[in-house]
Amino acid sequence: MSEVKVRLRNVVKEFPARRGDKPVRAVDNISLDIYDGEFFAMLGPSGCGKTTTLRMIAGFEQPSSGEILIDGEPMQGVPAYHRPVNTVFQDYALFPHMTIFQNVMFGLEMARVDKKEARDRAMSALEMVRLPHIAQRKPRELSGGQQQRVALARALVKQPSVLLLDEPLGALDLKLRREMQLELKTMQQELGITFVFVTHDQEEAMTMANRIAVMDGGHVLQVGRSDEIYETPANRFVADFIGETNFLSGQLVAHSNKSGTVRLDNETLIQALLSHQDVVDSGEVVVAIRPERIMLRAYDEVIESTDNLNIINGQVRQVYYIGTDTRYIVRIGNDIDLTVRVQNTEYQKSLAFREMQTVKVLWDTTNARILTD
Amino acid sequence: MANSVINRSTLALERAGIRRRYPATTGIGKTGFWFISLAGYFFLWAPIVLLVVFSFNDARTVNSWHGFTFKWYENILTGAAGGEASFATDLMLSSLGNSLFVGFAATFISTLLGTMVALSLARGNYPGKRYIEGLLLLPVIIPEITQGVSLAMFFKIVFDFIEQSSGTRALPGFGTIIIGHVVFNISYVAVVVRARLADMNPRLEEAANDLGANGWQTFWRITFPLMIPGILAGALLAFTLSLDDFVVTFFLSGIGTTTLPVFVYGLLKVSVTPDINAISTLMLIISTVLIGISLLLQNRSLGRS
Ligand SMILES: Nc1ncnc2c1ncn2[C@@H]1O[C@H](COP(=O)(O)OP(=O)(O)OP(=O)(O)O)[C@@H](O)[C@H]1O
Ligand SMILES: [Mg+2]
Repeated sequence: MSEVKVRLRNVVKEFPARRGDKPVRAVDNISLDIYDGEFFAMLGPSGCGKTTTLRMIAGFEQPSSGEILIDGEPMQGVPAYHRPVNTVFQDYALFPHMTIFQNVMFGLEMARVDKKEARDRAMSALEMVRLPHIAQRKPRELSGGQQQRVALARALVKQPSVLLLDEPLGALDLKLRREMQLELKTMQQELGITFVFVTHDQEEAMTMANRIAVMDGGHVLQVGRSDEIYETPANRFVADFIGETNFLSGQLVAHSNKSGTVRLDNETLIQALLSHQDVVDSGEVVVAIRPERIMLRAYDEVIESTDNLNIINGQVRQVYYIGTDTRYIVRIGNDIDLTVRVQNTEYQKSLAFREMQTVKVLWDTTNARILTD
Repeated sequence: MANSVINRSTLALERAGIRRRYPATTGIGKTGFWFISLAGYFFLWAPIVLLVVFSFNDARTVNSWHGFTFKWYENILTGAAGGEASFATDLMLSSLGNSLFVGFAATFISTLLGTMVALSLARGNYPGKRYIEGLLLLPVIIPEITQGVSLAMFFKIVFDFIEQSSGTRALPGFGTIIIGHVVFNISYVAVVVRARLADMNPRLEEAANDLGANGWQTFWRITFPLMIPGILAGALLAFTLSLDDFVVTFFLSGIGTTTLPVFVYGLLKVSVTPDINAISTLMLIISTVLIGISLLLQNRSLGRS
């Protein structure tokens, strides 16, 4: 990829203690590189420090320690109004006493852009978000989706080198949200501006972002493309947070460089890939397998065994038909249930399993990963 | 005018977020409360209703009804327009002029200072802020009589000191009255403006910052315009309180500075006349309207989505 646009080096943010409480470490030693022109998502559950990180990049909060660089320049002591970034706030924060046009003009006036040029730029920003006809309205006369777009136009008209977006679609209904996701993505690609996008919706992050940072408790747990994060989660939290996963706990009894053998709590032995060399040192591990990577076959079907194939016996406990897929809950041992998702193709429909039927449960070793608990 | 003290303190306490809460009550309890509040309202409003009714009484006496008339109002209005009116009415009108002068001056100064106090409390971050905030409510809580006496003493000491050091004797007058009014009005203005600031979405100022506005530009383009309804509400409240004030004014007035409430009080010692009823009714209407606008401004929704 190209040059680093935003760099965070060991950034810590600690909020002073409120009465009777301990100080809050909202951001705990984060290091990140965000590249020029990239759509970068920060994903994590509520309270994991996403907003705080964004606010430090914008300049509304100062890091307790560590360093933030934009375009290679240290941002220490640079006030928000001198930083080459603009923000789209979660509640949009449109100025209620100004018209939409005045809202969009505000940033240009502050930059002392020539009056005529400013007007042209403001108008074309409103055209870009397809709202030129509401220029003379006040923010309270707009729907949530329209306000969202005005907030976007107001920030983009400044032609920032980085745009920060804090859950900008959080307040929209699902349909509008999907639409805006596509629109934002297209806009970002056309303008080539670096987007730093905060969300707690994993699907949103996966559809939109080039790279995702998964955060929890003030830490960045993993940074990578969506497929990397989905296929090779770094730990149990990431595997659990992104998509659906089966977790089987057990003990690592043997291992090679890349894979290992795990004895499940019911004595079954299974093969899986090592996510990390470190897991070798911890006896207790979990094996993560995605529900759609597991296959079911009739108990009496003869299956050619290969090195990479895990085959165990199970019993179908529950069957849910959900349109595109069928979801099976399969018991593979005392109290160990696996969720299995099977696409409803013609072939699979011909197999359709019933409740209480005994089956063979199969998966490829490369689809199972050993993680530390 | 008599209820101004009650008015003032309940209003301010509500503004300051101090509201009384009653526990949920049973049916009997509810009826009881209903009856008590009915009785309360009767005692509160009956004298005022009488006053308004008798301001339309076609007689000099105020204890029996002699038919409907507008003449007391006409008398006041002709006098106000510069026409022929009774001597008493002329005096009353000049005291109204004094009241308006004191009201405008005290409102202007206290709005300016009160707004600055509110800003410093809402945005500043300095040691002891909480105590200063507590002190701010003091004039709301201290009885007016205490304020009057203490201010009178204060000015006496200051004037004595001036006389000793410069040889000239300063006298109480408009200056002392205005200062006295400013002293209690600052609190009311500050409390109202502070409430407005506390309700303001802090993201708005950050957004302005983000778009390139420095602190000064952010204040004048965003914060101040959004504060205006609060400032106006505070000013109207201050003006009403100033117009109504009797106790503090009484302690601080000098020669030729009689305000309307003080004048009316003087007349009362002689007898209650329909003129007084009429002018009091007018004051009642003006105060109610001003307080109404003030409350309306305070409750107008802010820039929150
Ligand atoms: N000004 C503050 N003072 C004290 N604690 C704060 C402050 N701002 C945030 N925190 C705390 O820091 C932690 C992280 O907050 P942050 O707003 O960054 O989370 P988030 O990831 O954006 O969550 P959400 O998805 O709910 O918006 C939380 O525990 C929060 O309570
Ligand atoms: Mg947040």
